[in-house]
Amino acid sequence: MGLSVKLKKKLNGFSLDVEWRIGNELAVLFGYSGAGKSMTLQMIAGLMTADEGSIHVDSSTIFDSLSGVNVPAQRRHLGYVFQDLALFPHMTVSENIDYGANGTAKRERPGKIEQMVKLFHLQGLEHKYPSEISGGQKQRVAFARALIRKPPLLLLDEPFSALDNPLRLEMRELLRDIRTTFDIPVVLVTHDIIEAYSMADTLIIYVNGRVAQTAPPSEVFNNPANKDVQALVDARRYGVQIAKS
Amino acid sequence: MDSSVLFSMRLSLQVASVATFFVVIVGIAAAYILARKNFCGKEVLDIVFTLPLVLPPTVTGYYLIILFGRKGMVGRFIYEWTGWSIMFTWYAAVLASFVVALPLMVKTAQAAIESVDKNLINASYTLGHSEFETALKVILPLAKRGIMAGAVLSFARALGEFGATLMLAGDLPGKTDTMPIAIYSLAGSGEWSKANWMVVLLTLMSGIFLYFANRYSKRIM
Repeated sequence: MGLSVKLKKKLNGFSLDVEWRIGNELAVLFGYSGAGKSMTLQMIAGLMTADEGSIHVDSSTIFDSLSGVNVPAQRRHLGYVFQDLALFPHMTVSENIDYGANGTAKRERPGKIEQMVKLFHLQGLEHKYPSEISGGQKQRVAFARALIRKPPLLLLDEPFSALDNPLRLEMRELLRDIRTTFDIPVVLVTHDIIEAYSMADTLIIYVNGRVAQTAPPSEVFNNPANKDVQALVDARRYGVQIAKS
Repeated sequence: MDSSVLFSMRLSLQVASVATFFVVIVGIAAAYILARKNFCGKEVLDIVFTLPLVLPPTVTGYYLIILFGRKGMVGRFIYEWTGWSIMFTWYAAVLASFVVALPLMVKTAQAAIESVDKNLINASYTLGHSEFETALKVILPLAKRGIMAGAVLSFARALGEFGATLMLAGDLPGKTDTMPIAIYSLAGSGEWSKANWMVVLLTLMSGIFLYFANRYSKRIM
């Protein structure tokens, strides 16, 4: 179980050239804004096409420029949570989750939706519209919708960036629960160092469209691969005490 | 009320309704393609759809005669095969209203479709839905206000269509005289009392329709 990524893309003067591989773990893509993290995620999801490279999820190839494989986003069956969550404003909570259950037999759908509603503590909100629920509840709906089909991989594009601190902590707990329940690899994009350090099994550090270091958080913080990584993860800048490994 | 006034009123409503029906179908498809697709000749297509909005209706009517007249580029074949020509029938009034009203639908719906959040469209794709399903379940429902507005404007434009209709359908009393054409004809022959009736009726009909359309578009928000 895992994901391997090798991508090259030139776009509007920006050049992305990255290669990394993760197993069944929570990997965090960490770096400054504009380093190519979200671009990578969009390419994995099939929302953007790389100039060269390959993407493998488990044993299947979803993109390979050499052999001309490029599975469209609709058939990659990956879970994706957008930065702004992208809940459909004209659908209720229940309809939003149901929309994610595409391909599931009709008779199985109500049971699956009920299961997700329970799992993400959304009871009583099924008939409400996204505009009628709180920020945390919206996050849970977005997760439920992305996970109802039990995807082999979950991609998260800074989904907690708009939340206040208490809610952000709650969402990190939720993400840990998701990892335990669904047991799938998760790729989380963030530029929040606390989130990166506390959540990641593996940190993938992006600097100007390149991977500067791939390692567990403690190693990245204690033995940064170069000056760029050192500057990026300098804990003193954030007033954070990082434990020595 | 005079039977000729009633006839014109019924014909105008009939022509505007049928024209709007086709305007909505063709207009949504054209608006979707112009808003979401990139292809060679897109700008030319955009201009072709918009031209009737800026051309004098008589010029639009002239083009329609060249195309659909008995000796026209398309009309000639229709006449050879069926012995029938669209000229001077109420269908001609529908065709003229359709062509003149279509740009209003296309432009309004195109703007509404373009304004749908791209992330919502991408979200639909990542959830396994095809482009057609996404258009049907996400894009069009979220653009429905613009589409409704386009349909209302098109109906109002079709109801008031005069120039192209006169060129194509003529002014045949009891056959092709929609209200605007009947008003023109009555004013020309000095029948002011009948003309007054029709002017008041047309204004009232348009006003009432717009009132209900406004209420409806507020309710669907």
